Amino acid sequence: MHKEAAIREPLILGHKTYHEITDDVCKPIEDKAPRMWYILFGIALIIGLYGVGCIFYLLGTGIGVWGLNKTIGWAWDITNFVWWVGIGHAGTLISAVLLLFRQKWRMAINRSAEAMTIFAVFMAGLFPLIHMGRLWVGYWTLPLPNHFGSLWVNFNSPLLWDVFAISTYLSVSLVFWYIGLIPDFATIRDRVKKPIPKKMYSILSFGWSGRAKHWNRFELVSLVLAGVATPLVFSVHSIVSFDFATSVIPGWHTTIFPPYFVAGAVFSGFAMVQTLLLVMRKAMKLEAYIHTRHVEYMNIVIMVTGSIVGTAYITELFISWYSGVEYEAYAFFNRATGPYWWAYWSMMTCNVISPQLMWFRKLRRSLLFTFIISIVVNIGMWFERYVIIVTSIHRDYLPSSWSMHYPSHIDLGVYVGTIGLFFVFFLLFARFFPVLALNELKTILKSSGESYKNDTAPVHPYFAKHGHSHGHDDHDNTHNH
Amino acid sequence: MAEKVIYAMYDDDDVLKDGAKKLVAKGVKVADVFSPFPIHGIDPIIGVKQTRLGIMAFLYGLTGTALATLGMNYFMIHDWPMNIGGKPNDTYLDNVLSFIPITFEFTVLCAAHGMAITYLLLNKTLPGMPATNPDPRTTDDKFVMELRLSDNNQFSEVELMSMLNETGVIEVDQKDIH
Repeated sequence: MHKEAAIREPLILGHKTYHEITDDVCKPIEDKAPRMWYILFGIALIIGLYGVGCIFYLLGTGIGVWGLNKTIGWAWDITNFVWWVGIGHAGTLISAVLLLFRQKWRMAINRSAEAMTIFAVFMAGLFPLIHMGRLWVGYWTLPLPNHFGSLWVNFNSPLLWDVFAISTYLSVSLVFWYIGLIPDFATIRDRVKKPIPKKMYSILSFGWSGRAKHWNRFELVSLVLAGVATPLVFSVHSIVSFDFATSVIPGWHTTIFPPYFVAGAVFSGFAMVQTLLLVMRKAMKLEAYIHTRHVEYMNIVIMVTGSIVGTAYITELFISWYSGVEYEAYAFFNRATGPYWWAYWSMMTCNVISPQLMWFRKLRRSLLFTFIISIVVNIGMWFERYVIIVTSIHRDYLPSSWSMHYPSHIDLGVYVGTIGLFFVFFLLFARFFPVLALNELKTILKSSGESYKNDTAPVHPYFAKHGHSHGHDDHDNTHNH
Repeated sequence: MAEKVIYAMYDDDDVLKDGAKKLVAKGVKVADVFSPFPIHGIDPIIGVKQTRLGIMAFLYGLTGTALATLGMNYFMIHDWPMNIGGKPNDTYLDNVLSFIPITFEFTVLCAAHGMAITYLLLNKTLPGMPATNPDPRTTDDKFVMELRLSDNNQFSEVELMSMLNETGVIEVDQKDIH
């Protein structure tokens, strides 16, 4: 067992037994859904279906229904794509990077953060697909033999790298998530009584039985998947940024993009995790597992990545002037003072100033403040992409082709629709899936549970009689030294 | 032929580990342990070897690297060379910088999925497989040690039972398995 310093805040509050952890996580799945769930699900479903309707209208009519024009060929579609991919960065970062760093606090949040990641990447993937206009030939992006067309796909193009990056990220995240879910599904399978859920969970749990050898493999597979997923997390948004950085558009053609995009992605991803978890912990009564300390840890990540993003904005601005390239300098001058000044300054306020407030311990431990900031951050990150994309291209080299972008109601419908669909998926997840990695949480109970840390947990009768054990020895040592 | 199996149930991972240690010291062979979560340190006690899946992942990854390299060499250099933005493409090495991202992604793709599939096959955990844990509580808060009589010929059933009873078991169950 790992030793943990007594002054470190416990990760599981109060006294919990293994059985109580199972109960706390499985109760919301087994009980009837609260009325609020149906209301939220209904709203999300209506919005989602409206979005699907808009997508069908778009596919039937053509992407002319978006507010694009000759100068601004990329606008909300790619903004939303990058925004969703960015949000989809937190989950795998939490489960992979934090696993490699042996951060135990990840265990309370990794399951739902990964779910969020997967659903966010679904939404992201939708945008390039519908932007093709002809969704049904989407498979042409795969390297298929050239009797499907006249050529192979272009492996020199960052857009193709993106196809590989996003699909690898999505499928590896999905596998990582599911491998962790299998033992927890088995727990639900062995608890539920009704025949249909029993059947469902027994299919989902793949016949998991918890043998020692299987757990041995499980731990190694998790570790290796974390190892391969870690560079993946950083590569995905780097490659997304190549879509812009390898072009020769002023404002896009910058080498700072990959690290700056990755930091921004982690920033917005953690903000979305905060938004969702702050509601979920309350609604599902998981306050003992996801508490102020977890929120604070995530706020620190938001503060650090937010500061990286802020530094990147200012570096970009400085370099555009220092480079002496007029076009580059104008692109940035135009961002700040041109017709889209409001987008630029919204981005600056939301992304540069708001995370700095997290330096105050009181604020970063305040749940209400965190909730507000988490939404502000995601608004800011949407504007960041809008600023990068639209303001960089709306003033072309030729002043005669200067233009403005006005979103159509289909632009709006598709975007809002993906938010609806995202919540449909997330609410279904919260209803039917174990939202905490309950079996992993049990492994940290004795080292990080509050009652075990302050010695109020009852000593097991066997050890009370026989005295020694490794587990309890370690535990006692922590206090003696 | 039917075989007699003893399932000893514990309500704490450390008690089970302590018990397993004592039993193994006396020469008892523990066939398996069922637990709701990985019990750290149980593997060397009951003789479970460290899995070699990591090596498999490495090999799958190498396969991915090789396939991506061979593929892009064929598509972009031999089958249909294209002048794209003036990027040099006479040989694979000239053009290799553009191929790094996809080579990396494909390596990860093959390593992760290859290992995951191997893992599921080795465990025999696949959709529709029946659960084999002896008691439904072993996925909640109980821990079960499995002893086989055939593994422990030197002890009688009664001896095994009395040794088990000293280790803080909460329930002992016997089953004939085929």
